[in-house]
Amino acid sequence: MEKLFRWLFGKHPPSAEKATDVASTAPLTEEQLKAIVSNQNPQYDLPQLVAAAGQSVGKQRELNEDSLLAITATMAGNSGNLPFGLYVVADGMGGHQFGEVASNAAIRTVAGYILKKFSPYLFQIKTNPMEESFQEIMAAAVNEAQRIIQREAPGSGTTLTAALVIGQQVTIAHVGDSRAYFIYPDGRIEAVTRDHSLVQRLQELGHITAEEAENYPHRNVLYKALGQGDVLEPEIFTLAFPQLGTLLICSDGLWGVIGEQEIIRAINESPNLQRACQTLVTAANAAGGPDNISVVLAQLIG
Amino acid sequence: MFPELSDDEQGSESTVAKSQLQAGVTLAKRYLIQEVVGLGGMGSVYRARDMHFPNVTKLVAVKEMINSAPDPLVRQTIVQNFEREANLLATLHHPSIPKIYDYFTLESRSYLVLEFIHGKDMEAVINETNGFLSEDQVIAWAIELCDVLDYLHNHKPDPIIFRDMKPSNVMINSRGEVVLVDFGIAKAFQSGIKGTMIGTEGYSPPEQYRGEATPAADIYSLGATLHHALTRRDPRLEPPFSFAERPIRRINPAVSPELEAIVNRALEYDPANRFKSAAEMKDALTAVARKTGLLGRLKTIASPVKSEGIKPLWKFKCEDEVRGTPAIHQGTVYIGSYDNNLYALDAADGKFQWKYPTDGGIVSRPLIVEGNVIFGSEDKRLHVVSARSGKVVWTYFTDGPIRSSPTIAEGHIFFGSDDHYLHAVNINTGRMAWRFESADAIRSTPFVMTDMVYFGVESGDYYAVNFRGEMKWRFRSKRAVTSSTVGTGQALYFTSVDATLYALDPRNGWVIWRFRLGKSSISTPCLADDLIIVGAADGFIYAVEARNAKEAWRFRTEHQVNGSPVLYKDSIYCGSVDGSLYCLEYRTGRLRWKFGTEGAITGTPLVYDDVVYFGSTDHYVYALLA
Repeated sequence: MEKLFRWLFGKHPPSAEKATDVASTAPLTEEQLKAIVSNQNPQYDLPQLVAAAGQSVGKQRELNEDSLLAITATMAGNSGNLPFGLYVVADGMGGHQFGEVASNAAIRTVAGYILKKFSPYLFQIKTNPMEESFQEIMAAAVNEAQRIIQREAPGSGTTLTAALVIGQQVTIAHVGDSRAYFIYPDGRIEAVTRDHSLVQRLQELGHITAEEAENYPHRNVLYKALGQGDVLEPEIFTLAFPQLGTLLICSDGLWGVIGEQEIIRAINESPNLQRACQTLVTAANAAGGPDNISVVLAQLIG
Repeated sequence: MFPELSDDEQGSESTVAKSQLQAGVTLAKRYLIQEVVGLGGMGSVYRARDMHFPNVTKLVAVKEMINSAPDPLVRQTIVQNFEREANLLATLHHPSIPKIYDYFTLESRSYLVLEFIHGKDMEAVINETNGFLSEDQVIAWAIELCDVLDYLHNHKPDPIIFRDMKPSNVMINSRGEVVLVDFGIAKAFQSGIKGTMIGTEGYSPPEQYRGEATPAADIYSLGATLHHALTRRDPRLEPPFSFAERPIRRINPAVSPELEAIVNRALEYDPANRFKSAAEMKDALTAVARKTGLLGRLKTIASPVKSEGIKPLWKFKCEDEVRGTPAIHQGTVYIGSYDNNLYALDAADGKFQWKYPTDGGIVSRPLIVEGNVIFGSEDKRLHVVSARSGKVVWTYFTDGPIRSSPTIAEGHIFFGSDDHYLHAVNINTGRMAWRFESADAIRSTPFVMTDMVYFGVESGDYYAVNFRGEMKWRFRSKRAVTSSTVGTGQALYFTSVDATLYALDPRNGWVIWRFRLGKSSISTPCLADDLIIVGAADGFIYAVEARNAKEAWRFRTEHQVNGSPVLYKDSIYCGSVDGSLYCLEYRTGRLRWKFGTEGAITGTPLVYDDVVYFGSTDHYVYALLA
């Protein structure tokens, strides 16, 4: 499937001379893409979830305060085999003690809570549908992580961007300034999370321009973080998994360092997701690697 | 979200409970713990009895701080902060500041013993108030809060900045006066360290992110607190500094422009534009109180909403209650009544065209296909009659009353019956193609999408059945699902008598989210862009965001909302058992107009060509200009 993608779309955002070559070719619409892929791939009648991850401490830090988790499975079920995926990135607060403790605790608690909830459906014989909703499970997992971090490392904090994929639904829980993106083979990129950062907010309010934001002295200040505050309201929402697209979750060590075009190119031109992760991490380090880098990529094929 | 606990959660609850002091424990041989009255980030707050006064009941508040930090430096900082709060409180004397009696540390726990405030915090008061707090009430509290801030800001030798003004830190005592609690915060802001850092939430001014704590910061937070109290919108759930996007009077038109102006000034982005001092803000508030007359003021008359004076285009009287939903086809309105008749009325003037008698009440919505009107009756039959003449074409028998409305797809009519079956009937022959046996009576209308039929039944079961009548999946809610379904490729939405609005994955029945309603519901949701709008028996019409189940607005009617809202242009039309038909702006839930009838409205209105058609249990069918 990836090979097909490369064959179909890999040449799309190319170097300047190639661009002139394909100038007469209009980009395909989503319907056309869908038609081509479904025509040439009848064997993929069941959706398959694939994922890869990459991490680096970067070039300027000594410690890795990011934590990452990627689990991909298939739930055998009466109404067909359901893709199951859990992808989490957490970026511990550098200015606080135990940044890495916080990001680690966040990942373990959130993933532990969610996997325990889904354990009967993955590993036991059980037919009753789950009563709790995806969003409730996510919310409870994040609240549990909040409690654990406040107990284990009071004063510390972490970002958290988690995606739970069940079938074609992706439920995202988000606090802080790690990000989730949907990237499509036609070169579109869509940020599905909004940073909980002061600079982002000031920009939204029009108090500072994008240029000023680049050099704002408090660029890294968050107004929401896991482990902080008495009421934590994570953003939790459910979207359809991007058809033919890629889910990217990353810390600011990636998105703050390399541009969107570079991200799109790395994903759409790599032969597979592992290589795409590698390319992204390498690119961030090549650009100076000022911070820890964490990347997860996932695709739903078929 | 649901507060219900699964087994696992109960497990973790009990570990919290274990770490809490139990009632009956005596601390420091003096304070007999009675119960937990609050939970903080680092421990609990207890009500306790001071046993040094054995002959009278002297109650105190004991604030606990559990120091579980593994790092010694962090532990030390926490203890220092705690002692700072104790020492600070000991030097303060003001009616709105609790008296401190004692503090001590036992192993890893530190305790503050304070005056016990009989009352509730303002956040609880806001949450427990139905509708909005009165302007007078909020002004009275605001004046007291300015007074205590003024006292703190003029403290010698150094001004004290409260830094954490928010409703949950303001107690309202039994006399209705405010008391500031929680002086422990004074959060140190770490700057200059590379990496990601944390600011603060909701009520804090922009400059707090730069580490500045000034009297102007407290004034901003007071403004934020008042904004929350007047609008019921919790700023912690909104982006920071977004108060200007939620103008007070747009949410709560009962607030005077003068008070709104004061709150807006306190919330100015630039500290220089806010009140110069808490005293100045207090003066401004007092001026409003004097002008609007806190001392018995006249209620403002000018509600911009017209509830009188709407004249129906026409109305038509049936012989019994009209609980069904109308349908329209080529200038004729078709509607069933409890008088057992299906009526055909001229849509333009309500003139009677024909009626078709059945042997039971008709509560469903007729379906018009190829010149025929198709509808079920409580006489157990599905009737197919000519739309033009009202002559019967064929009928189809089931073994129970039919209250479910028919749906058509692929040449077949799908409907449920109290006989527990979902029937699929060939539209041309009138013969059954198949029937599917469910666990109970089916009163909802089947929803058809991508070769599947979705419906709920009275047992609480919810089914997905394919076009061959085979069940693909089943979901179970706790009570009856009388509501019909609306859906998109992404989710199915319906309500249940278990007081929940559900969003399920249409492919497999997994629950994407649940939204808790105040009471049971049999109302069918309506899709309006990214909002799901639905009524409930608590009298509210709710608007909920489809992606994250967040409430966008709610509108209160005077009685149960059993019918379903419909969207037409940018308005929502919905009837209530209180007898009124409401027209609301769909983005904000603001009332545009309402029209009263003499009976309950339980059906769903039909809006077509700028006219609203609906029935009432006062026996009339109405047509109004939308």
